[in-house]
Amino acid sequence: MSEKVLMKGNEAIAEAAIRSGCRHFFGYPITPQTELSAYMAKKMPKIGGVFLQAESEVAAINMVYGAAGAGARTMTSSSSPGISLKAEGISYIAGADLPCVIVDIVRGGPGLGGIQPAQSDYFQATKGGGHGDYHLIVLAPNSVQEIVSLTADAFNLADEYRMPVMILGDGTLGQMMEPVDFDSIPAPVEAEKDWATTGTDLKREHNIINSLYLVPEGLEAKILERQKRYDIVTEKEVRYEAHGLEDADIVITAYGTTSRVVESAVKQLREEGYKIGVIRPITLWPFPTEVFQKAAETAKAFLSVEMSMGQMVEDVRLAVAGKAPVHFFGRTGGIIPTPAEVVEKVKEITKEV
Amino acid sequence: MEPKFYIFAGHFGSGKTEVALNFAIGLAKQGKKVNIVDLDIVNPYFRSADAEAVLKEHGIRLIVSAFANTNVDLPTVPPDLLKVFYEPDSVTVFDVGGDEDGAFALGQYNRFFVKEPYEMFLVANTKRPMTPEAKDLSDMMTVISCASRLQFTGIINNTNLGAWTDEDTLLSDYEQIKILSDQTGVPVRFHAGLEKAVSGLPEAEREKAFPMQIYIKMPWQKDI
Repeated sequence: MSEKVLMKGNEAIAEAAIRSGCRHFFGYPITPQTELSAYMAKKMPKIGGVFLQAESEVAAINMVYGAAGAGARTMTSSSSPGISLKAEGISYIAGADLPCVIVDIVRGGPGLGGIQPAQSDYFQATKGGGHGDYHLIVLAPNSVQEIVSLTADAFNLADEYRMPVMILGDGTLGQMMEPVDFDSIPAPVEAEKDWATTGTDLKREHNIINSLYLVPEGLEAKILERQKRYDIVTEKEVRYEAHGLEDADIVITAYGTTSRVVESAVKQLREEGYKIGVIRPITLWPFPTEVFQKAAETAKAFLSVEMSMGQMVEDVRLAVAGKAPVHFFGRTGGIIPTPAEVVEKVKEITKEV
Repeated sequence: MEPKFYIFAGHFGSGKTEVALNFAIGLAKQGKKVNIVDLDIVNPYFRSADAEAVLKEHGIRLIVSAFANTNVDLPTVPPDLLKVFYEPDSVTVFDVGGDEDGAFALGQYNRFFVKEPYEMFLVANTKRPMTPEAKDLSDMMTVISCASRLQFTGIINNTNLGAWTDEDTLLSDYEQIKILSDQTGVPVRFHAGLEKAVSGLPEAEREKAFPMQIYIKMPWQKDI
């Protein structure tokens, strides 16, 4: 393949995963992530990798659990209802401190919902989804090129912190086509996996992959130890993009597809003389709290734009901590906000501040 | 005899829909009565049904599954499609779904295509990861021909890199397209691309230029 190609977001995740050393993919088909699985199905057999269409999402995530336990770079992908099915397995993987990459190309919900794009699984991605005290690193790209670099990062982060990483996209990001250049993607970082179940050769104690702790003190100690790692992730791995914050009256925040709608709206608003700042979280967990705190010292109001009924806005409110009003605009059920709607909402807020 | 049916097929993401839309609008501008059939049974996103308004503007009748752009993920064909085969005075553009899976929907209409003159174009973009070379494209032609039971009559070179397309992109892998044409005996009919892309065509290829506009906008490209 030449280094510059035109790809769908879904295909780009698959190719970037392969280039990052992923040779074990387990999935179950669902719109709108299908091209990812299809790409893996075509490519993996040619490069000595495994593509396996499991009998269900539950089976697929448990295959990921097994492959991760054996030290392989492994991935599964799905969309909203499929991720709900995987939730138990994700919790087990987090509880066993295993690295893997989980892709969620979000569609409308709840229930079977619909096949059009949505961001209504922010809570599920960042606040658990499965049970227990655990976190996923959640990466939210907004272009096909960024999908490629974040997919490569996802495998490195998973290995470094021994935790599952989720790539949270939406149907539009998965389906749209943009040019990508694979020259600049982060290289795979080799991680020493001395905990993996790779066979002892009778030369060492056997490794155990497990999330069951028979003594509560043992479980608490494990969770506290894991929390220390989460603290390091929170300190070191926060990512966002921001501009225009210095003199902003209103700070708009959005991630993924809606962040691009917001950029179109902001361009128009600035042309009309409005002072608008933008914060685009790239890691949804850890959330870029500090940049919001700092912006709250000067901005008069905040606006979160989402394809949901208001989910990320709760993290924005926690960060802003009452220093300024935090407004919300969202469309849901598979509807994407338009730049015009965002412009109108900002003008409405301006009248109040 | 002028063709009555123009079929656009190829790999998914090769640009079939935009080429078909531009072609249909071109026919309408010649004063023809034009139908466009959105026959995509595979892809629920970014399809010719998205261009409904501009098609209407040009008086083009859009024939599309009632489930296009809904939440119903059903591979159905529009029931009113058959009428295009019985209209004596119209021409029809078929925007076929990607790969052999998409072309499969075409097979059932074979009995009509064999009666009237048709053109079937392979839309080719060598910058798509699965079809960089003549061999990949020729395999694609074979499976689509088998699924649709129709023969290709032309190749449309639509090599592009989206926003990164420049004057050199369109012919950057032309070697491969020429090999494909030589091996299959199917002629290259057009070089399709935005104004900027076709502006780089050398004199010898200029007569095949097919300048296009993009009709399907991304959500953030909508007018304010």
